[in-house]
Amino acid sequence: MSEEKKHDGLSRRSFLKGVGGGVVGTAVLTSSRRTSAAEQYGDVVGPDAVEITLNVNGQKRTLTVDPRVTLLDALRDQLSLTGSKRVCNKGQCGACTLICNGRTVLACSMLAIDADGADVETIEGLKTGDQLHPVQEEFIKNDALQCGFCTPGFIMSSVALLRKNPSPSMEEIKYAVSGNLCRCGTYPHVFKAVHDAAQAMKKGG
Amino acid sequence: MAPWKELKEMTLLNKEVTRVDGALKVAGTAIYTYDVQRPGLLYGRILRSIHPHAKVLSVDTSEAEALKGVKAVLGKIKDEVNFVGDDVAAVAAVSEEIAQKALSLIKVEYDVLPFTVREQQAKKEDAPRVFSGRENNLGRSNENSEGDVEKGFQEADAIVEHMYHMNVQVHTPLESHGCVCEWRGDDLYMWDSTQGVHGTRSGMARALEIPENQIHVITHHMGGGFGSKFGPKSYNVVCARLAKKAGVPVKLMLDREEEMLAVGNRPSSWQKIKIGAKSDGTLTAFEMESFGTGGVGGGAGVPQPYIYHFPNWKVKHQDVHINAGAAEPMRAPGHPQANFAMESAMDELAEKLGIDPLEFRIKNDPNETRQQEYKIGAKKCGWDNRKPSGSQTGEKLIGMGVGSGTWGGGGNRRTEAIVNIYPDGAVDVKIGTQDIGVGTWTIVASVLAEELELDLADVKPFIGESDYPWAPNSGGSTTAPSVTPTVKLAAEAAMAKLIELLAEAYETTPDKISYAKKTFTLTESGEKIPWKKACAALDGKAVSEKAQWGEGLSSSGTAGCQFAEVEVDAETGRVKVKRLVAVQDCGLVVNMLTARSQVNGAIIGEIGYVLFENRLLDNDTGIMQNADLENYKIPGALEMPEFDVTFYDEHERGVIGLGEPPAIPGVGAIANAVANAIGVRFYELPITPDRVLLAIDKRKEGTS
Ligand code: FES
Ligand code: FES
Repeated sequence: MSEEKKHDGLSRRSFLKGVGGGVVGTAVLTSSRRTSAAEQYGDVVGPDAVEITLNVNGQKRTLTVDPRVTLLDALRDQLSLTGSKRVCNKGQCGACTLICNGRTVLACSMLAIDADGADVETIEGLKTGDQLHPVQEEFIKNDALQCGFCTPGFIMSSVALLRKNPSPSMEEIKYAVSGNLCRCGTYPHVFKAVHDAAQAMKKGG
Repeated sequence: MAPWKELKEMTLLNKEVTRVDGALKVAGTAIYTYDVQRPGLLYGRILRSIHPHAKVLSVDTSEAEALKGVKAVLGKIKDEVNFVGDDVAAVAAVSEEIAQKALSLIKVEYDVLPFTVREQQAKKEDAPRVFSGRENNLGRSNENSEGDVEKGFQEADAIVEHMYHMNVQVHTPLESHGCVCEWRGDDLYMWDSTQGVHGTRSGMARALEIPENQIHVITHHMGGGFGSKFGPKSYNVVCARLAKKAGVPVKLMLDREEEMLAVGNRPSSWQKIKIGAKSDGTLTAFEMESFGTGGVGGGAGVPQPYIYHFPNWKVKHQDVHINAGAAEPMRAPGHPQANFAMESAMDELAEKLGIDPLEFRIKNDPNETRQQEYKIGAKKCGWDNRKPSGSQTGEKLIGMGVGSGTWGGGGNRRTEAIVNIYPDGAVDVKIGTQDIGVGTWTIVASVLAEELELDLADVKPFIGESDYPWAPNSGGSTTAPSVTPTVKLAAEAAMAKLIELLAEAYETTPDKISYAKKTFTLTESGEKIPWKKACAALDGKAVSEKAQWGEGLSSSGTAGCQFAEVEVDAETGRVKVKRLVAVQDCGLVVNMLTARSQVNGAIIGEIGYVLFENRLLDNDTGIMQNADLENYKIPGALEMPEFDVTFYDEHERGVIGLGEPPAIPGVGAIANAVANAIGVRFYELPITPDRVLLAIDKRKEGTS
């Protein structure tokens, strides 16, 4: 009774109970009836291609893209930077995570034309010469990868974290990669790898 | 044939060896099927049915064909579609966007038919038919029994009887199913995200009606399968046909929605179970009537009575079809389902009898290994601190539970490998297995280097191509026990041959040459010949020895148990697994590091199955309501428990597969821990917050 009042008649408990059906905390479901192929697939071919310039891993690259092409597909298909992966293509899994103007972005959910002029860092750009980045090294040492399909996304999220916060707590590490999904179940080894990388980077100055 | 070395003599096996393909994967340069680029590559897409059941009357592709950039079109793929997401037609175009646009231009005339997506309805006689013209919707059934069940229940002092229900889980590998097909003359080169390059080759040859040696399947790296990727599937055939028509390579990767609808899932399970025991805790009888659905496929049977010894038991199962995508084997098919029902019933019966649930298991589990594992696990998880079920009040309720599992995981005797030693000293092994994420590249290289007493960097593994010697699909936890003995035997044969040739070159006999750590010794003269020099002495003859799998280096049959500690938030209904203690045997652990990864991953899969995952099909439309990664929830970083993994050492048994065994025991353990925490039991998975809250409310009502 008092609980109901506290929450203006809609308590968190009654909301969660109402959601039902086994979907955690998400009241809005996605699919609905479609009536034709046209409706199913929509019109995705845009107007004429445009030229954009990206500063990718320190190199200036000019490319011509259909305005509807995502940054992810442009990097993969036009620049052969296939390290970033497409898994959900709608911002739900983190497999396409890269660093754009110093911030992590989901490249599947950003149009290439919106990245015009931006500094883009991908997994391929983390190495210095032949030397892997400490985060990459620790991912290998701790076996923070299995099939490895999610790995580039996890590494980019981790690198971004350590730039902002060189001594993260375990909780901060978990939070930083909480937007990255891994089906093989590498999470515990990822946490350890990021923790160890932070230590190694401190030692390495 | 020599046995495995003593553990203390091993330098690579049974150690923590990092992956040989690790550097490629962390650098983003490992090429998965999705990453393959070929000159002139087109993008293929499949038009999928929007109806759960319909006759396809006509497919008009003329507008799609006329679209600029479209290079190949396949009209009507089948006459009847049986689930939302079934194949209708396909296109290949110069970009994904154009291919998708082309799909929208295809006009399909359907005769929409009645359908059913509920197995309780589907099994009734008057249900709409899943496949037109069939007598009913029933698939395979089976019955089995031992002893006298009626007598068994008469002897029982306590009986538990319930219906247990588990919904459908979707494999959700992060790399979707997909392939790149390239014809070179009459030969098809296919990069495929598959769990079996050889199996896929054979299947493609049958589907395309061309000889097997014209098909070359390549899978160097693949982004997970969990049982869903035993090819070929219809997308492979469609892609090969599109590529043939277009005359250039075609890439066809499924998108996430297609992945969830059309290429596999773990069947549902409904198990009506009755179990009984005497007051001293001896089990007397088990009876089950079950059904489940693999959609338009099958495989919903469960291996009951699971784990525990019942002198009298009787089981009856019926597969039921519904209008949904076909099931595929998923990590320990049938076992998590059996485990949930059995472990739940065992706990409830123990409570009825007033016996500690762990003691109850120890009393009825005939497996010697698990008897030892229970002791280890109980100690590690602090089982003595477990509180009586439902005895706690407050916001955070803590519970503990235990569960057990078993699996086969033996080797395949047809497996073959070739080891080559070149005149310049280079060494490689070729074997047509594949690494689906478990570290097969690494164990193949490790076994070879260990056997030849070389460094890991001195040997080169070649796997993932169907042109290499035959190896089985990576399924049933058979890869390690198939591949490691075979590579060892081929290495042994190559070393014997090398010594034989060396004896010729040095005019002595093989028994007068010894070898250790990259150096041969002529035992009579004491002359030392380093590896490279020895290989150079072969007079340009390379050693190339093939071997087939042999007995004695691997075995089958695993035992494991897991203990879960959970915290239930009575305010939000959220269940958090705090700690998961796993004790698992798998014979000789080939690689301690990757083995731990596998166990962790299996546990995380269990957490998803028990707490989150649930394919939701809309009854009115047959459409999956949560076909993406936000609404179909898989475990993430914030839901991770503390892991405590112990390998129970039985290395003398040789290599046994590990992928599936640890994906079972935690299911019952977590469910039982929740019941222990809140004092209410769930007969249905997943245990989501809404269900927990309702259960807690019900209990309060019942007690007030
Ligand atoms: S592919 Fe971009 S978030 Fe999933
Ligand atoms: S390693 Fe396979 S999805 Fe993360």
